[in-house]
Amino acid sequence: MDTTVTTGEEQNVWGGGNEPLGASYGKMMMWFFIVSDALTFSGFLCAYGFSRFKFIETWPIADEVFTHVPFFHGNYPMIYVAFMTFILIMSSVTMVLAVDAGHKMQKNKVIWYMFLTIIGGAIFVGSQAWEWNTFIKGDHGALETKGGRILQFVDAKSGEHVAIADFSKVIAGEREQHERKNGIWFMQEGSLPTYTVNEVVEGFKANPNILIRVENKDEKGHKIVLSREESLKKIADASQVVEGANLIHNEYGSRLFADFFFFITGFHGFHVFSGVVINIIIFFNVILGTYEKRRSYEMVEKVGLYWHFVDLVWVFVFTFFYLV
Amino acid sequence: MAHDHKLEIFRGLVKFKSNVSKIWGVLIFLTLVTTVEVILGIIRPAALVETSFLGMHLLNWIFIILTLVKAYYIAWDFMHLRDEKTALRRTIVWTPIFLVCYLIFILLFEATYIFEVFKDGFVKWNF
Repeated sequence: MDTTVTTGEEQNVWGGGNEPLGASYGKMMMWFFIVSDALTFSGFLCAYGFSRFKFIETWPIADEVFTHVPFFHGNYPMIYVAFMTFILIMSSVTMVLAVDAGHKMQKNKVIWYMFLTIIGGAIFVGSQAWEWNTFIKGDHGALETKGGRILQFVDAKSGEHVAIADFSKVIAGEREQHERKNGIWFMQEGSLPTYTVNEVVEGFKANPNILIRVENKDEKGHKIVLSREESLKKIADASQVVEGANLIHNEYGSRLFADFFFFITGFHGFHVFSGVVINIIIFFNVILGTYEKRRSYEMVEKVGLYWHFVDLVWVFVFTFFYLV
Repeated sequence: MAHDHKLEIFRGLVKFKSNVSKIWGVLIFLTLVTTVEVILGIIRPAALVETSFLGMHLLNWIFIILTLVKAYYIAWDFMHLRDEKTALRRTIVWTPIFLVCYLIFILLFEATYIFEVFKDGFVKWNF
């Protein structure tokens, strides 16, 4: 019958101020937020997996899409994303060092490590903006068929991509952009591609060493390249020229790939951006000595949790968008 | 609380002298894993790409496992889950894992079904 025993300790259990999980209120709330946000991101990534498995035979190959590095010409798949990943992990490390310095109440160290964390975050967001820009611009251009499938062009000998700008014939004639002012006010069209379908088709017919590559993959996972006769037959289905990617058209293949890319990396980039803003706020608080007066740097630890979470999400985005 | 850090990783195989040196150690490990991933991603060894296991080729499984390894060390050492109480750690980790596994199972099965309808059913979508 030990229930009858009353001690001072047991009264304390119900007296409030108890921390059964050993974490303060603020830290618990940050963890709640992180768990729910993790579920949001998982929802997005699972939806991406759904669309990918649905179109598993025609999904674009990421290694062929993200091949650029700023200031360098040529084909370097993965290098730049690897750099971005490293930057984010590095800024995670400076963050955790700031937290560690905070525990030891070393104000100047916290300031320096927070500063480096903010710089890392800014480099990452900038890189992402650059990556978006490159993806939106595209590099080779392609034709889209009436059914919305993408036809890309490759060299018959080397199998390398050929840009439509390299073989299209320039045919005299004008094609005007439909703007609002010209017709019904609610109808307009986006910017016109550099070449018309007819120019690309004529150029293709005049160059016998160019073949069409379709979206479908063979058993080994390589995109199928049509023979010259099949290519000539296929090109008759072309309905428009696509350059780069947006939410409706995507020169690299399935438009869902572009949609998910913009949505998921955009949502993640927004998290990084808000993380940088929060870090800046805390950075100034540290400089002003707010936490020194409070005798506790727990606030740095809380934003640190958020910052590491952003890094954690990127690890998954990196795998599912660029590697797998 | 967070002031006493557990300093051994790899189940006690490596023990660091201070929290700071543990952080650098984990960074080296994470960088190593990322480098392996990137190298595999660029080379794409034919042996791994062409062998399939449970509906996915071996290379993808390697990527996913390495990702989970990285996620473990970020959560355990950078987010200090290693130093938290077991109850808090389990609440945080197992809730999402359970829900996400369920979601993956449902969505990927459904997607495979739709893929087969597109492929074998009388639906013309590639014209």
